[in-house]
Amino acid sequence: MGDPDQSDLGGEPRLRFRDDEPHEEPAVTLDAFFGQTNATAVRLESDEDARALIPHIGQLALVEVAFPTFRDGRGYSAARILREAGYTGELRAQGDVLVDQIPLMRRCGFDAFAPQADIDRKALDRALGRQPYASQKAADAAVPVWRRRHG
Amino acid sequence: MYRYDEYDQAAVDARVEEFRDQVNRRISGAMSEDQFKPLRLMNGLYLQLHAYMLRVAVPYGTLDGRQMHMLAHIARKYDKGYGHFTTRQNIQYNWIKLDQAADILAELATVEMHAIQTSGNCIRNISSDQFAGAAADEVEDPRPWAELLRQWSTFHPEFSYLPRKFKIAVIGADQDRAAMRLHDIGLQLYRNDAGEVGFRLFAGGGMGRTPMIAPVIRDWLPKQDLLSYVEACLRVYNRHGRRDNIYKARIKILVHEIGAAEYARQVEEEWAHVKTLGLDPPAAEFERIAAFFAPPAYEAGVPDTVDLSDPDFRLWVDQNVSAHKQPGYAVVTISLKPREGIPGDASADQIDVMADLAERYAHNELRVTHAQNIVLPHTPKRDLYAIWQALDAAGLATPNLDLISDIIACPGLDYCALANARSIPLAQKIAGRFADLDRQRDLGEIKLKISGGINACGHHHAGHIGILGVDRKGEENYQLLFGGSGAEDASLAKIVGPGFSEDGVVDAIEKATDVYLANRTEGERFLDTYRRVGMAPFKEAIYG
Ligand code: SF4
Repeated sequence: MGDPDQSDLGGEPRLRFRDDEPHEEPAVTLDAFFGQTNATAVRLESDEDARALIPHIGQLALVEVAFPTFRDGRGYSAARILREAGYTGELRAQGDVLVDQIPLMRRCGFDAFAPQADIDRKALDRALGRQPYASQKAADAAVPVWRRRHG
Repeated sequence: MYRYDEYDQAAVDARVEEFRDQVNRRISGAMSEDQFKPLRLMNGLYLQLHAYMLRVAVPYGTLDGRQMHMLAHIARKYDKGYGHFTTRQNIQYNWIKLDQAADILAELATVEMHAIQTSGNCIRNISSDQFAGAAADEVEDPRPWAELLRQWSTFHPEFSYLPRKFKIAVIGADQDRAAMRLHDIGLQLYRNDAGEVGFRLFAGGGMGRTPMIAPVIRDWLPKQDLLSYVEACLRVYNRHGRRDNIYKARIKILVHEIGAAEYARQVEEEWAHVKTLGLDPPAAEFERIAAFFAPPAYEAGVPDTVDLSDPDFRLWVDQNVSAHKQPGYAVVTISLKPREGIPGDASADQIDVMADLAERYAHNELRVTHAQNIVLPHTPKRDLYAIWQALDAAGLATPNLDLISDIIACPGLDYCALANARSIPLAQKIAGRFADLDRQRDLGEIKLKISGGINACGHHHAGHIGILGVDRKGEENYQLLFGGSGAEDASLAKIVGPGFSEDGVVDAIEKATDVYLANRTEGERFLDTYRRVGMAPFKEAIYG
């Protein structure tokens, strides 16, 4: 997991919920990705179509999804689409990412975060541990309440 | 009625602590107001003109006596002794302090209530038919599906930052008492030719500044596919709904711009994929929820007749009591529109009276209607007289359901930060002009709806007579509209002509009712006459 005191190292994730080594290659734009067949890291702007990456998920180790403002919720769908398609690499939320959004993002499949402002790690830990059960199935491992009820 | 299990309770309790934490971070300055705003909104807390307003969820408008008593308690302890029932089948408190909001949520949680997602750009409280489970024309009780949707939409990780708010209504009858097609998604249970019950799904309805009636997106949806299909509907909207202009961000604009057929095609494509993900609960979960909505234990052999010898009682029964599917039972609508009152307001004492009556006589159930009234859905006819007497003593026996004085009005400029004009004093003036009950009854059903601003919280687009408050060079001005309906014959009201002052609009309405009286044929309502003769004779009488 990422060190909360670590300063912003230019796009390096500051919070990471993965055990593998952080990916070294810088993320390229979607346009650049399609022009350069061997890239392994790509950045998706909020108005870009995550589905365009599906044919290539096998070669990708990092997808960075941009949140230009925390109110722009398209990235949540982008994350789920990629996870539902079987993408297992790092999925990083970058930009206006706030404490109270991260638990939702985790459920959509994000496992790394590069917030543009400092995150209060204690508040985040409280937020992540808050809800004991999930009401619905999403892209994480949480078991929806209806499955707990009926086995 | 649905009862929480440990999972439901844990979710609501955790939410209270989360909100307390968020308020503390806001007060300490760790969070900016801009960052805090969507979080407080998703807990129903608005900043109004004079104070915070808290909107408490009444899921699909159903609650029991214990919950109703809690609403009275909150009105007394944290507000000025009253609450305001709204067109969202919810209750709002207008005088809330930020540092007490989490305590209120904690009190609500003790009776299985909350304010979750009563505002914000997320899936809102699910609305439904206030006569659900009681209506004679019902195919099936829609509330188990509304409850299923409530649970599914609660803290939905993908759909908490939608382009704009999202409202879903579920009904189970041919008659639409919930303005279903004016919702972002409307669901109607019906029986197909093969005798199975499933959904017809509408999407893209709404009011606001660009009102739209939702078109059919899927004519037949098997019940067990409900959640995955709605998930697909929402995903298409979340990805492609406009985010460049908040006035164009509702799903109705997306559906309108790309067309219902293209939206349906995208949803089907998405659903083909989503359906494979295992998002739909098993039949056992549908059955578990449905069991909570089993009919109450009706008494056998209760008399089906009512002694109507008291003329005032008779008037009230005529106007406010509706048919129940069970012989010997009736549906009571308690009008919150007394003369000189504020539409939808009830004092803490009145809320307690209604709770007591539900507990004592009416199988401990109440409903909140989008027309801002309260319903006792399962009432033995034997007890109607006693109920009426108790209501009358509490100022709650106004016999005006669906008459011109049964006005829907949003809070308007008296409370709302987004308002252009006041709606409450206007509602009172109109009710005063038509105070004579015989006259009201002669005019028959007239749904009059007032919004103090363009957001249309008072449903003016769906009014037989609608009124919209506008700001004209700093003066309050009112536009008059005719011909709307939120019922199964849904239509959008049309503007009559240039706007009026407050008194001018009351005069214009009176002239319009004269035109109706002069032109109506046997059995025609105001709306029917308007639809038949058109705007011209009304316009002439008003402006001529
Ligand atoms: S319609 Fe406008 S004035 Fe009325 S409550 Fe809604 S936002 Fe406020």
